[in-house]
Amino acid sequence: MAGAQLAAKVGPAGTLSDSSHRTAPHVTIRGLTKRFSDATIYDNFDFDIPRGKLMSVFGPNGCGKSTLINMIAGLFPVDAGEILFDGQPLSSIKFGYVFQSYREAMFPWLRAFDNIAYPLKVMGVPKAERTVRVEKIVANLNVKIDLNLYPYQMSGGQQQLVSIMRALIVEPEILFLDEPFSALDYEMTLFMREQLQRIFVETATTTVLVSHDLEEAVYLSDRILLLSRRPARAVEFVHYDAPHPRTLKTMSDPEFISIKAHCLEIFQREVRKG
Amino acid sequence: MKRFEVFLPVVGVAVLLTVWSLTVWARVVDPVLLPSPISTFRAMWIGMTSGKLGLDFIKTVERTIYSTAIAAVIALPLGILLGSSEKVYRSVEFLIDFFRSTPASAMFPLFLVLFGVGDRTKISVAAFGAALVILFNVAYGVMNARKTRILAAKVMGASRLRVLWDVMLLESLPQTFVGLRNGVSLALVIVVVAEMFIGSTDGLGQRVFEAQQLFDMPDMYAAIFAAGALGYGLNLLFLTIERRFVHWAGK
Repeated sequence: MAGAQLAAKVGPAGTLSDSSHRTAPHVTIRGLTKRFSDATIYDNFDFDIPRGKLMSVFGPNGCGKSTLINMIAGLFPVDAGEILFDGQPLSSIKFGYVFQSYREAMFPWLRAFDNIAYPLKVMGVPKAERTVRVEKIVANLNVKIDLNLYPYQMSGGQQQLVSIMRALIVEPEILFLDEPFSALDYEMTLFMREQLQRIFVETATTTVLVSHDLEEAVYLSDRILLLSRRPARAVEFVHYDAPHPRTLKTMSDPEFISIKAHCLEIFQREVRKG
Repeated sequence: MKRFEVFLPVVGVAVLLTVWSLTVWARVVDPVLLPSPISTFRAMWIGMTSGKLGLDFIKTVERTIYSTAIAAVIALPLGILLGSSEKVYRSVEFLIDFFRSTPASAMFPLFLVLFGVGDRTKISVAAFGAALVILFNVAYGVMNARKTRILAAKVMGASRLRVLWDVMLLESLPQTFVGLRNGVSLALVIVVVAEMFIGSTDGLGQRVFEAQQLFDMPDMYAAIFAAGALGYGLNLLFLTIERRFVHWAGK
């Protein structure tokens, strides 16, 4: 279970056969380096993101959890290093990104429906097909929100659900979520965890979630990446293979409890180092 | 008690009219200087329906609308252009702030030389003043577009032009309307002042000035109220348009 597995070897993407393709890492990060004016956040960082798993990134405050996925998703430039998706650069893949502040990430001048359809519009998909595809994703995810409303007429959870759908509409190969539930109240957070799990079970999209809540990270994830203080290293890559969807019962499952305790121990050790 | 709350907005008006009437009735002020509310509103009614005041009112409306329209046509695209690049805006910021702070009325003589005595001078001075106010607001609206929203569009693969068109432009609309409302108010001020002095034969400014020269106080007050109603109406008009088109503002 909780074993370190920091894959370092990877063959060139072109040589992978079909069967090994399914087990090969989805994203390979090599020699990633990032400095802000006052600190080195990443120094020659290597990591592989597994395919079709829900992975969480967790670590001490300010260690660069969000910076990591922002660099992978191309929001921040990297100072050095290489990030490849099945050997391809970011520009040749489809991905989705969900921001923490849904209020600032939604377009308030568009109805929820048009917000979800917007990435398709950017891609040049004709209007009729956009409508069909939004209706399809709404039906698939069994979402019961009035999508004729404007974002500001919705609750926070509804807005974040709309912004997750907006990220999923392009059928992304990989989905990034930057602390997606931290601006929601607890009731909404519980609801959204169930929604995210349903989406994951439904689509099996490689998902990378930045979390500031360890319990949430373990509860939702197949893999938990524990980072050290800056410059961030991968301290451990914890596995938790309980099947999805997980329920409140999972929280009292002995394996869940022991993994959470293990992660917490590592986290506290890393925090004390600083 | 609740039922009376709908009457709250008219309380101030009622008090003003009462104090005004009492002042006239008690002859605190010379009646030549302060006519009664009734004779003022009668002068306004007659002036607006059959007299010259109505024509002057329309003239002032025309000039204000023209100058605001010219200002908007120049300042909106320019503001978007300047705002879309912070470096460009910073390089001309001083000029904009300087001329924005220059009283437009100080430009009358210059514009008189350029455009002669007539509508063109009045409209162009007012347009000059309004354009700078609009420009400044539009540029700031574009510059202060939420970074997250721009990032969100970029992450979806939107080009720079599309980000400008789909996100920054719409983001700037609330601030743009602030600029338009301030611009139209300033244009009205400048137009009325221009009508008072430079060889004018019509307009509300000229009406106020002429009534004062003739010592026709009811007419003068009537023209002042007409100008006030115009300013209030224009502001209300822009607010209504804003609420309709920028429904998300402040939410």
